[in-house]
Formats: sequence, C-alpha cells, structure tokens
Amino acid sequence: MRLETTLSKHVSMDGEDRMNSANRARASKIVKGLVLAVVLVAPALSQDLAVRGAQVHTVSGAVIENGVVIIRDGKISAVGPAQVTPIPAGLRVVEAEVVTPGLVDAHTVVGVAGYLNQDHDQDQLERTEALQPELRAIDAYNARERLVDWVRSFGVTTMHTGHGPGALISGQTMVVKTHGDTVDEATVVPFAMLAATLGEEAQAEGKKSPGTRGKAVAMLRELLVKGQGYVAKKAKGEDDFMVDLRLEAVAQLLAGEVPLMVTVRRHQDILSAIRVAQEFNLKLVLDNAVEAHLVVDEIKASQFPVIVHPTMQRAAGESENLTWLNAARLADAGIPIALQSGFESYVPKTRVVLFEAAIAAVSELGNERALRSITLGAAEILGVAQRVGSIEVGKDGDLALYDGDPFEYTTHCISTIIEGQVVSEGSR
Amino acid sequence: MMSPIKRILTTTFLSATLLAVVTASPQEQPTAFVGARLIPVDGPEIEDGIMVVHLGKIVAVGDSSLVSPPDDADIRDMEGMVIMPGLVDTHSHIGGGWAADSSEPIQPGVSVFDAIDVRSSGFQRAQSGGVTTANVMPGSGHLMSGQTVYLKLRDLNTIEEWVVRDESGRPMGGMKMANGTNSRRDPPFPGTRGKSAALVREVFLDALAYQAKQEAAKEDPEKAPDRDLGMEALVEVLEGSRIVHHHTHRHDDILTVLRLREEFGFRVVLHHVSDAWKVADEIAAAGVPCSLILIDSPGGKLEARDVGFESGAVLEEAGAKVAFHTDDWITDSRLFMRMAALAVRAGMSREGALRALTIEGAAMLDLQDRIGTLSVGKDADFIILDGDPFSVYSRVQETWIDGVRVFDRSNDKDRLWATGGLGAGSPRAITSCCDGGEVAR
Repeated sequence: MRLETTLSKHVSMDGEDRMNSANRARASKIVKGLVLAVVLVAPALSQDLAVRGAQVHTVSGAVIENGVVIIRDGKISAVGPAQVTPIPAGLRVVEAEVVTPGLVDAHTVVGVAGYLNQDHDQDQLERTEALQPELRAIDAYNARERLVDWVRSFGVTTMHTGHGPGALISGQTMVVKTHGDTVDEATVVPFAMLAATLGEEAQAEGKKSPGTRGKAVAMLRELLVKGQGYVAKKAKGEDDFMVDLRLEAVAQLLAGEVPLMVTVRRHQDILSAIRVAQEFNLKLVLDNAVEAHLVVDEIKASQFPVIVHPTMQRAAGESENLTWLNAARLADAGIPIALQSGFESYVPKTRVVLFEAAIAAVSELGNERALRSITLGAAEILGVAQRVGSIEVGKDGDLALYDGDPFEYTTHCISTIIEGQVVSEGSR
Repeated sequence: MMSPIKRILTTTFLSATLLAVVTASPQEQPTAFVGARLIPVDGPEIEDGIMVVHLGKIVAVGDSSLVSPPDDADIRDMEGMVIMPGLVDTHSHIGGGWAADSSEPIQPGVSVFDAIDVRSSGFQRAQSGGVTTANVMPGSGHLMSGQTVYLKLRDLNTIEEWVVRDESGRPMGGMKMANGTNSRRDPPFPGTRGKSAALVREVFLDALAYQAKQEAAKEDPEKAPDRDLGMEALVEVLEGSRIVHHHTHRHDDILTVLRLREEFGFRVVLHHVSDAWKVADEIAAAGVPCSLILIDSPGGKLEARDVGFESGAVLEEAGAKVAFHTDDWITDSRLFMRMAALAVRAGMSREGALRALTIEGAAMLDLQDRIGTLSVGKDADFIILDGDPFSVYSRVQETWIDGVRVFDRSNDKDRLWATGGLGAGSPRAITSCCDGGEVAR
C-alpha cells in the first residue's frame, strides 16, 4: 500500500485537480496500470500456494500439459500433471495459460540506476577512477526503485545488477530477488561478479588513462599482479600488513570466488578478455559481446560463458556489427549463454529481458533455448541455479504466469510469484 | 446477390483496368499479387485477395473471386502471405539529418533536406521493417529546429529523388518544434517554460507581420518585406501548407501547444505526448492528432516518467487521432510494427493500431490521398508479411515503394540489413553501374 500512496501522490503532483472527470477516470485506469505491479506486500503473506497451468514450462524437464506446481514455505514441494499432483485442501490456487520459472535477468543495472535518469538516481558508474573494484553493489541498490516493479510485472524475479559498464573496473555486482523493501531482504548474492569494460566506452577523456586499448589491458594486468602480491603478503601474516579494500576484491577474483564479467563489443576486446583471464587463471564471464559471432570458435575453446547483449540493443558505434542472430550462433556452438536487459544511458531506461528473449527466439534461437537463456541458463552463469531458474522440487517458488505464449507481443504477464507470494498481479 | 462492397470492388477494378490499358507501356508489365490476405486498412480484411500493381500505382484490389489479374500480368503467388500498406513513420532521424545548430533557439530557415545521407544503413534497416514513408526531422533541442522532410525510402541516388513532392513539384515537409526540458538550455536558449512560450509567440507575431507585408505587396510591390527565408517558411506554417510537428511530453506542455495553436491557427501534430492519457479529452476536443512513441520502460528523463503502453488505447477511447513513430534511433525502425503490437497489448483496437501505422500517419503528413491504404489509384507502397502484423513470429518478406521492390528478405544483402551482422552498420554502397547484371539497389 505504501507504493500505491506514493504513486497517487505523483499523479496529483501532475495536476490531478485540473483534470476533468473523464480524464480522471482514465487516469485512474492508467494509474491502476502503473501500480498493478505494486499491489502486494501485505504483511506476513503466506508462502504456500498452488499454481495450475495449461502449460507448465519447467525448463529443467519437459513441458507439462495441464500441470500443477505446489509451493510450501516458499519452496516448490511438488510439480507434475494435474491428475497425479493433488492440490491440498485450503491452499490458494492461481491459474494461468502458461507458467514458467520466474525470469532471471542475467545482467542489468536496475535498482542501482533509477528510472528518472537524473544524477541522484544514477549510481551505476563512478567516473573518478578507472579501477574501483572495492565499490559494492549492496551499498547502492534501491529496493524500492520503480523499475524493479516494472520488470517484475513482466515476470522477472531474479536480477544480476550492480555497477555498470563504462569503466575499466567499475565495481561489484550482486544478485537480488525483485522483492523486498530493503537491500537485505532482496539480496541473494551480495558480491556476484567484478564488472569490467574493455573498448572505447571505458576509455577516459583527455590525458587520463586508459586512453587506448593497449593501456587498458596493461592497467588491468598491473592491478592483477598487484593483487597477487597482496595475497602473498597477506598469507605471510606480517605485522605491518594493511588491509586494502581494493585489493581485497581483487584477491577474491584471483581466488576464483567471483568471476570477472567483462563488457566488450569488438572481437579483439573479446579475445583480450579471454587472454587476460587465462593468464591469471580467472573465472571469466563475457558480457554483451556484440562481435562474438565473429570469434565463436575462440570463445568455445575458452569454455567461458557469454551473457549476450540485449537483442534489440542499438547497432551503432562499436556495436555496428550487432546481429540478432548472435545468441543463436553461440548456442549452436554449445557455448553457455544467457540474455540480459543490459544498460541504457537514455531510453528505454531499462529493457525487459522477456522482450529481448522474444526477438532472439524468432532470430533462430528458438523458443526453448530463448526461455532457457532467461531462466536456468542465466541462473547457471550467475551461480544461483541451486535456488532459481527452473520449476523443480526444492527450488524457490518463483514463477511467472502468462495468458498465452510469453514471447508473443500481445500476451500479458498476469502474475509474478516470488517464494510463494504473489508479488505482481494484473495484466501487463 | 452481390454485396455492395463486392460491387464497388468489381466496378473499381473495371475502371482501373481501363486506366491501365491507357497508360501501359510495352516494357512495363503489371504485377498481380494473388492469394494473399489483404489488409486494405480503409475496408475489411480480404482473406483470399488479389492486388494488381502497375506503373507504380495500385490498379486493383479485391477478393480473388471478383478480381482477375490482367492477361499480361506477372503473377506472384502469395498464398499464406499478408499484404498491407507500407508503414508511415511520422517521426524519424534516420540518415543523420540535423538542421538547426546551437546558435539560437528558433531557426525556421534551416532544413534537414540539406543534411540527409541517403546511403545511411538506417534507411535500409527501415525498409526491412516495412517503413516506406518517413518524416525525417531535426532534433528536439530547440524551440524550432527547422524544416522536416517527407521521404519515400526509394533506394535511388539522391535526396531529390527520395523526397515527396506536392502537386507543384515542391518538396514536402513540416516544421519541427519542441517544448519542455529538451529546449531549455543556456542563453540565448530559454531557461523556463514561460520564456519558451514567449519566444515562440514573438516569432509567430513576426511571421504574421511578414505575411501582412506579403499581402500588401500584392497591391503595391513597394510594400514587400526584405526576403527572409525563415519567415517564408513560417508563413507556410500560418497558411497551413507546412504542418508543425511538435515534440512535447508533460501534460502542461501539451496544453501549451494547444494554446499556441489556438492563438496562431497553425496546424500541428503532437509528437511523443508521454502524458497524453492525462489530457486525452483536451487533445480530442482540439481535434489535434497525436503521434505516439511507446518505450519498453517509463522514464529516461523526468518529463517522460509516466509514458506507458496505454496511451494509444486512452486516446482512441477519447476520440483522438493516433499514429506512431520510431524516433529512430530512439527505437529501431525494424521493430516499428512491434510498437503498435504493444499498444494492442495495452488495449488499443487492432483496427486502430493498423490505421495508426499507415493512414493516420499519412494524414499527419497531408499524404492521405496518396499512401496509407491499399486503394486503387494510390501509390503502390506496400509490404508482404508471412503472418499477422502483430505477431512476434511474423517477418516482413518484401517492401515495395511506387511498385518497386526495395527490400527482399530472400536476398542475402537485404537480409543483412534486417538481422544485422558484419557490415550491416556500414553505409549502403550505391553503384551507378552493375552488380551481378543488375543495378545495385
């Protein structure tokens, strides 16, 4: 109810008293639309629920026709065809044409970057220095950001968010559920990856560094070498050892506790990222990777996964060779992929990963692989597949409900469920 | 018993055939598209239709039981295909056309016509999305950023060959204006909304004075004003031959446009209109058409915080005219039909959304008598789809302008523009000579 109040206030600030009654009626319809994602969070909601779907896409297994999913204490306790999956008496039942796992957006900045796009709500990039691995996402995530509600209303239940592209190392990322009033309630993984960028976008202006591709990679190597020295020194446990927050994060990277996620567009930058990762034995996640379709064999040989750019990302500048077929080409080669909503500096302030997957689906990826890329495939790359990404017994009760084919333009998401709670309801 | 509609179609076909006979030249064969589902937009859909195209015009449209292709026609089997009018994009920036510079906020004398690169890959992408006509505009960082041009995306060599011309042969276009936050900048640009409106009033008063002098000069040539190209363009605006295309987002800014229009009597199309749903009745009562953009999420700037997929449905219900635009690079021309589908998702009627992609947009460019429907006598601007226009699974297979195919998905080069890939961002290479025995398009 809190958010409803906030939104009504927005509307009255926008001149509600000047509206005639017909406009007000329409406005109220629209406001209802704007807040449909928000009528939730009644206190102490039950986390027990039954969902019945004409089609249940488990993703981990076959599609179940006329299926039932039972959620107990927020976890999936049963899934199967209706005739063999009895719904216990007294359980609330929600119905839909199509049920999928809650969607997992493999890379976004939502919650760290806000919808207004004003300085005060843009915390995804700190521009004073090129290398800032100590910046934590949990210190910036706004669980009450309107865009969190927005993407949730299309079925997104888990997001990998945090520091964005645009600096050689911009900071840390995290995994959240799109639910909860505070960062602590939302957090699944507080430090998921270290976000890096190679290419023109991470080059500094004027005489600052890095000013070239060569310099950027040299600076990255230098930091990693420094990190190795720090780890060695720390291991010796000498009295004069001083904690260095920056190098602590690098140490976690070197230890393989977190991967380096490198946002790249051009093929040579993709290869540079692989080269550095192999030199330092890092876990690497290639991000965006517009020209991945030009170096499929090299990526395949590296065995690193790719979080592919939003399919509808603008094809300009370093992305001029972007193809809608990129995800399909990588998946054809057996490279693990996920899709993402990515980062936009203007509009749409966030993309919706469901929409991006739809265009990939019809661009040779196919519906099954497209759905996997925004559920289980994404969860695997993010290291959270033990909890989310498929409809399996023991996993979190996170589901997305649709009134038809989720990828079709005119289908609506009618409900989003997180850990057994209906957190978005309506028809969007 | 023949239904009135069928009778009309038959009659139309007969007269069209006569026209074809009169104007046919031996080299130019008519083309008959046979067996498609036709979406004429100005009438009911035809499940099994025939459309005949000749010399750049539509010469027959109807049910296949009532229309037969001319004997000499090239027959194209269109079974399983859908044919609808080419899409009209009422607001685009493809081709990199910018007009006004940063020197002043009001520059009616400059035109995007002098800036457009017809070889830009953006035009090829737009064709692959089914766009056949576009209003290419200068930007929104000025109160008045200059003259727009209406282009047919013809694949010819020069901008002169692309521009749509009026009956006297003059290039057609509008006047781009903006209010709200984009045009608020450091001096000499306005710093407030009040100042913005005052500056616009001032220039329109100047234009009225200029127009009066022109009138007076008809009696007495001595009274003619010194020629001022900007004022000449604004006189066209005052006379109604040049439509104002007005960028506006917030509800109060929308009403400011309506107020200025009331004061000076110019014709205006509201563009973007993020808050349209808050003032839908005022817009409808003013009879001012809206060209909408739908964005995948709200915000991006303060004045667009309430933009939503619902605007089309709300304006339709209020009785306002609605079209869509890509604002390419804001949205991708290849996905223009997707925008209308999202409006349908949010409650707009299917019929209204189809009109919004075609005839309503055409009317906002004064081109409703030439394009925007599959009607006999109109330009042969149409697209061939392999499924329903509002399905994600449908693809534009071919795009035709003036009876010439400008996009063919089965052609590798064309498909590269449609899907992207290595080289897709590079400018189109136009050769005046030969490429595999054909003129390269």
